[in-house]
Amino acid sequence: MNEMILISIYIFVLAIFIGFEVITKVPPLLHTPLMSGSNAISGITIVGAILSTGTGHSMLATVLGMLAVITATINVVGGYMVTDRMLGMFTKDKKKGAK
Amino acid sequence: MGTITNVVYLIASVLFILGLKKLSSPKTARTGNMYSLVGMLLAMVITLLDQGILDYTYIIAGMIIGAAIGGIAAKKVEMTDMPQLVALFNGFGGIASTFVAYSEYVNQNGVINGEDIVISLILSLLIGTVTFTGSLIAYAKLQGIMRGAPIVFKGQTVLNAILLVGVVVLGVMFEMESTFQAYLIAIVVIAAILGVTSVIPIGGADMPVVISLLNSYSGLAACATGFVLTNNVLIIAGALVGASGIILTNIMCVAMNRSLANVLFGAVGVEGGTSAAGSGEQKTVTRYTAEDAAMIFDNAESVIIVPGYGLAVAQAQHVLEELANLLEERGIKVRYAINPVAGRMPGHMNVLLAEANVSYEKLVEMDMINDDFADTDVALVIGANDVINPAARYKKNSPLYGMPILDCDKAQRVMIVKRSLSTGFAGEDNELFYDDKTMMMFGDAKGMVTEMVKAVKEL
Repeated sequence: MNEMILISIYIFVLAIFIGFEVITKVPPLLHTPLMSGSNAISGITIVGAILSTGTGHSMLATVLGMLAVITATINVVGGYMVTDRMLGMFTKDKKKGAK
Repeated sequence: MGTITNVVYLIASVLFILGLKKLSSPKTARTGNMYSLVGMLLAMVITLLDQGILDYTYIIAGMIIGAAIGGIAAKKVEMTDMPQLVALFNGFGGIASTFVAYSEYVNQNGVINGEDIVISLILSLLIGTVTFTGSLIAYAKLQGIMRGAPIVFKGQTVLNAILLVGVVVLGVMFEMESTFQAYLIAIVVIAAILGVTSVIPIGGADMPVVISLLNSYSGLAACATGFVLTNNVLIIAGALVGASGIILTNIMCVAMNRSLANVLFGAVGVEGGTSAAGSGEQKTVTRYTAEDAAMIFDNAESVIIVPGYGLAVAQAQHVLEELANLLEERGIKVRYAINPVAGRMPGHMNVLLAEANVSYEKLVEMDMINDDFADTDVALVIGANDVINPAARYKKNSPLYGMPILDCDKAQRVMIVKRSLSTGFAGEDNELFYDDKTMMMFGDAKGMVTEMVKAVKEL
């Protein structure tokens, strides 16, 4: 096991702990936005997708990379938009009685 | 990777964490989502500026296609269809990880240095692909393309175990000869099958668990890809999502008083009503009308509304809010009691009612409201069944036993709007239907609540 991977494991373990600490404080009211919002964050794979598409040495790598860019972008754009839409509904109660 | 890139990745990671932190209150949640979005954009932009990128054509084209699909889906989706959309997005996140990992392998010409990278690569392909096909099945079930009920066959668990062992064996073989691509392709194919076979036996009311679990997988897939690329922002973001999914999975399991293993392999709800039809004694039920309900409301001072999946199916949230407003105008205290597992995903009822403009202060969690039922005049149950079944308290052989329920039966009167007397997902008959204080109102939630609105107006 090289040192790089060991550092990565450190980061992974600590991030899991932060995740648990932060997310247990999210109220059940917001569990759906939490899910779609965290789902959007998992679209971070886009970073890897960009790199593998752009630095592709072969057609196969580029095509796989592009497929990754497409699917990750769906995840990012769709995830953030739908989360924002939902959270907007939770905060709009001031203008109630419009109907 | 340059220092600047890494610093920006660090900033992005911090923004993700802050964004999630702000989700702890509905007041700050929207800003939190923006923080997270900014983090994502920063990470994307700095990656695009990477020196190593030779050609932008495919990147830009891919982004445009993806943004169009994701954007349209997010704009068009009905709030009632939210569970399947979340499932679908999860799936895309998973398959993206598979693509990235495989592309990286191709880029390295099959020369993989170190067992750690081999393991990460295999995990990335495995988890990513399982997430993808599993999510597609979940989507199909929720969308009604596929039967929602669990699909089981003999030796299902054994098959899943064999598939998993197969992945390990192929992985070891790949480790010894990493230029042999067929091993990797075989792993992806097996993972695809595993995703299907592990999700089809789960259905109906257990869907919130599956969705949460797939959510967690999509994060772990990103994480594994981060290990393949030695990219810390992927590892951190993936770990956060993984943790989030696991927490939600756990909350859902606790709310059903079942272990994760029981949900995944138990295949509850296969037959649908084994105990219900059986019992010889004929129980009678009186059919009440909307007018009867209005008379009760006329003398009521407090009402607790208990929404269930039937509300979502009938899309009755708006008319229900109309009814609630009418009751409030008459000076009745109206609140909503939310069981965490009501619906098909965590928080499903909250989103649905928020869409209908219900203020979130009125959405009360089960633990906070259960003691209040005894002082409440009417518990109005709309399309919920298992989450109010008193059998959960004492009937030891029931699949519901031990599950925390809403204490509707303690209210002075219980009104239950339901299409029929059929049992809920767990197949357990609900004695509350036959109780003297219960008013059964048969019909589609939307139609019945609309009639109630009319009747209350005529009072």
